[in-house]
Amino acid sequence: MSHLPIPNLEVGRYAAFVWPAYALSALALLWMLADSLLRARRWRREAEAGPQAAPVASTDPTAQ
Amino acid sequence: MIPGTKFLANPARFMAVSRWLAPVLGALAAVLLAVGLWTGMAVPDDYQQGATVRIMFVHLPAAFMSMIVYALLAIASFLGLVFRHALADAAAKSAAPLGAAFTALALITGSLWGRPMWGTWWVWDARLTSELVLLLIYLGYMALHAALDDETKAARAAAILALVGLANLPVIHFSVTWWNSLHQGESIFVKGGPKLSAVYLWPLGIMFLAYLALFGALWLVRIRGEVWRKRAGARAMARAMA
Repeated sequence: MSHLPIPNLEVGRYAAFVWPAYALSALALLWMLADSLLRARRWRREAEAGPQAAPVASTDPTAQ
Repeated sequence: MIPGTKFLANPARFMAVSRWLAPVLGALAAVLLAVGLWTGMAVPDDYQQGATVRIMFVHLPAAFMSMIVYALLAIASFLGLVFRHALADAAAKSAAPLGAAFTALALITGSLWGRPMWGTWWVWDARLTSELVLLLIYLGYMALHAALDDETKAARAAAILALVGLANLPVIHFSVTWWNSLHQGESIFVKGGPKLSAVYLWPLGIMFLAYLALFGALWLVRIRGEVWRKRAGARAMARAMA
């Protein structure tokens, strides 16, 4: 039966290259996540803004 | 209509499907990332590259994604340009910042891998330069989209740029075959199977799927944002005209 591989965080003299690569990757992925979610949330709020919003069935290019 | 692209022509269907598909892909990406990082950190050091081999698990998926995202951007641009699918431009526009981020990540992590292995952060060889050109095309695409007030014209101009830029993808892929390069040759998609040991191949495959799932989730979220942006614009227009 195979067992769970144990991570080894020892990278020796290459730490100055390995960890920044992982840290920058994490930062970039987090930026993508945050930017995508915040952007979508903002536009959703604006699209659904207020009860005074006029019906747009005839002008909305995306409404079907 | 090209089969399989119906969802780009029907925003209502897209919104219904993406509402559950985006979180499913996001959850899948989180699980795959956790497994990929765990198994990636458990690999033995390479006999030549030592512990720097672990940079491969974040560098290669980013590099793959930089090209895959661009291909999807170009397909969406083509569908928008030729078939005028309602969501095609939103799909292309939404892919660009994600593709640019993956490309920047591939260049930066590649540089961090190159310094200890090649003795230099950067070299103007075909693979690195063509990847840098890809980043510039992404940035040019986004700048062009933002520069024109008329969204239809902006989408058209950006789509043409995206299709022209498609010529760079085979250059990136075959650059290590066509020219002498400091960058290592093709080792995954080669005749006779990957040259990479299975010990490294598994974490690499899992990380690639994690990046792919994450991109899928974020792409859907961004397209949904574009749909809402257009709806908000249409509402504002209707209010102004009332």
